Amino acid sequence: MRNAFIRSLTALAQQDERVVLLTGDLGYKIFDEFAERFPGRFLNAGVAEANMTGVAAGLALGGLRPFTYSIVPFATLRCFEQIRNDICYNNAGVTIVGVGGGYSYGPNGPSHHGLEDIAVMRALPNMTVVCPGDPVEAELAVLASASHRGAIYLRLGRAGDPVVHLQPPQFRIGQAITLRQGTDCALISTGGMLPVAVAAADLLEAEGISSRVVSMHTVKPLDQTTLRGCCLECRAMFTLEEHSMIGGLGAAVSEWLAANDLRCRLRCFGTADRFMHCSGSQAYLRQRDGLAAEQIAAEVSSWLKEHRRC
Amino acid sequence: MDMTDLEGRARQVRARVLEMAHAGGSPHVGSALSCVDLLVGLYFSVLRIHPARPEDEARDRFILSKGHGCMAQYAVLVERGFFPASLLDEYARDGGCLSEHPSPRCVPGIELAAGSLGHGLPVGAGLALAARMRRQSYRVFVLISDAECYEGSVWEAALFAPAQRLDNLVALIDYNNWSAMSRTSPVLEPFSTKWGAFGWGVADIDGHDLPAIVSTLAGVPLEPGRPTAVIAHTTKGKGVSFMEDDLEWHYRPPNKDDLERALAEINGPTPRRSSGDRRP
Repeated sequence: MRNAFIRSLTALAQQDERVVLLTGDLGYKIFDEFAERFPGRFLNAGVAEANMTGVAAGLALGGLRPFTYSIVPFATLRCFEQIRNDICYNNAGVTIVGVGGGYSYGPNGPSHHGLEDIAVMRALPNMTVVCPGDPVEAELAVLASASHRGAIYLRLGRAGDPVVHLQPPQFRIGQAITLRQGTDCALISTGGMLPVAVAAADLLEAEGISSRVVSMHTVKPLDQTTLRGCCLECRAMFTLEEHSMIGGLGAAVSEWLAANDLRCRLRCFGTADRFMHCSGSQAYLRQRDGLAAEQIAAEVSSWLKEHRRC
Repeated sequence: MDMTDLEGRARQVRARVLEMAHAGGSPHVGSALSCVDLLVGLYFSVLRIHPARPEDEARDRFILSKGHGCMAQYAVLVERGFFPASLLDEYARDGGCLSEHPSPRCVPGIELAAGSLGHGLPVGAGLALAARMRRQSYRVFVLISDAECYEGSVWEAALFAPAQRLDNLVALIDYNNWSAMSRTSPVLEPFSTKWGAFGWGVADIDGHDLPAIVSTLAGVPLEPGRPTAVIAHTTKGKGVSFMEDDLEWHYRPPNKDDLERALAEINGPTPRRSSGDRRP
């Protein structure tokens, strides 16, 4: 997703001279082309995320369209109050790009894991939260951000995320993408869990279970139309996210169900409420949290068997 | 520039601040009084602004980063004609448009949200950078408090602005030597040396000397290619003898008797020179 992001941003900068890119000293070599083509619009703001975020708010209020870039916790948590007060409170049009959602930077340890970002970004007024499911969605999300008013948190994976969409889907912020129809269950994923959702759906299909697969790339605002369809037409909904069970997609869908007095079975897959002290790759750490396709398919299958009568 | 006129404006602003604090039952009157002269100098002599066109793209940007001093800014904006004095009645009232820390564009002339310290200078640096990128000639003035300089983000911006050669950025520091609980000078000093070492053009001035305020701020940038830090030595509670340099007035709203005594001093025939002045 990282490479798709910078490719797309370079194309966007070509069309829109307001686009400015600030990085918190991350992205070695990947911004070279951008910096060469738009030298006045690329800035390494250094390891000073609070200042970078405040500067971005100032640039936006001064008529530009800044993007800030860093690894998820540094882009969001380190400078959280700058995002809240400088960007959101002033309603400044900044796109905050967090690279390394979930366990993308697995071996780097919990300091680099991005597992609370959706929760905190979602709580902010004037903030839109977009977590593309694959590089194709990432590319489209960057282009869509150009015509969006207000702040966006764009949560990316890293380099080498698998491509899910073989054809570019129609992409609109706030509008989920349904990749596969089904009625036994709805697998609603956000961010880099999309390929896992598709793989789990394949495994379930082999068992005769039909899955609706939805990429809920925008966690805020939720696509209520798509959710309502899942709720009314599927036996159960399962949310999939590489993020804490607290405050992320699963929590957002739970809140939505409760607020709308809708009855639908919902089970949330996410990361546990603890720091992952052991080292490990993204694949390994996902497995520790039960987020591998096989684990999810097995859980969904047994859950559906247990709740056959509902 | 007619300094008698500015002094009269400053007296009027101080009176309004006291009335607002009394009516709203709100704190921070000392913090507001400490920056009145700086604001009057800026708004009446330095800033290129037009009250009739508060969103003019070419306007100088003024950011009050020490948001708790906003009574002074509200009163100066009224004095300068940005909005009618009647709106001041809404200060700190249920449903009113003026809070004890400003909301962005709550009234014409308020550029930015404030209230949490350490935010104004980075945003001001961004606005100054935007001016350069968009080839605009406006300048950005950010008023910060001395205690605000304990925030790391101030020093992140202090590193950033000279590196970007933002000579259209001015940090104006209201150095009244009080945080909310302690003296600041033991922590901050040598203060101007620090700004200078970070690459800013630095001036120390008496923050209640209107001619000095005006002449210094009119001369920015003090050094070509560098942002400017003006360290204004001030007295918290300036203008009311029993409030000067007394931390209690960071918290205590003036009651009716306090207000009457304070207004009598401010509006008196010969405003007396207080002994609380500290000059560099």
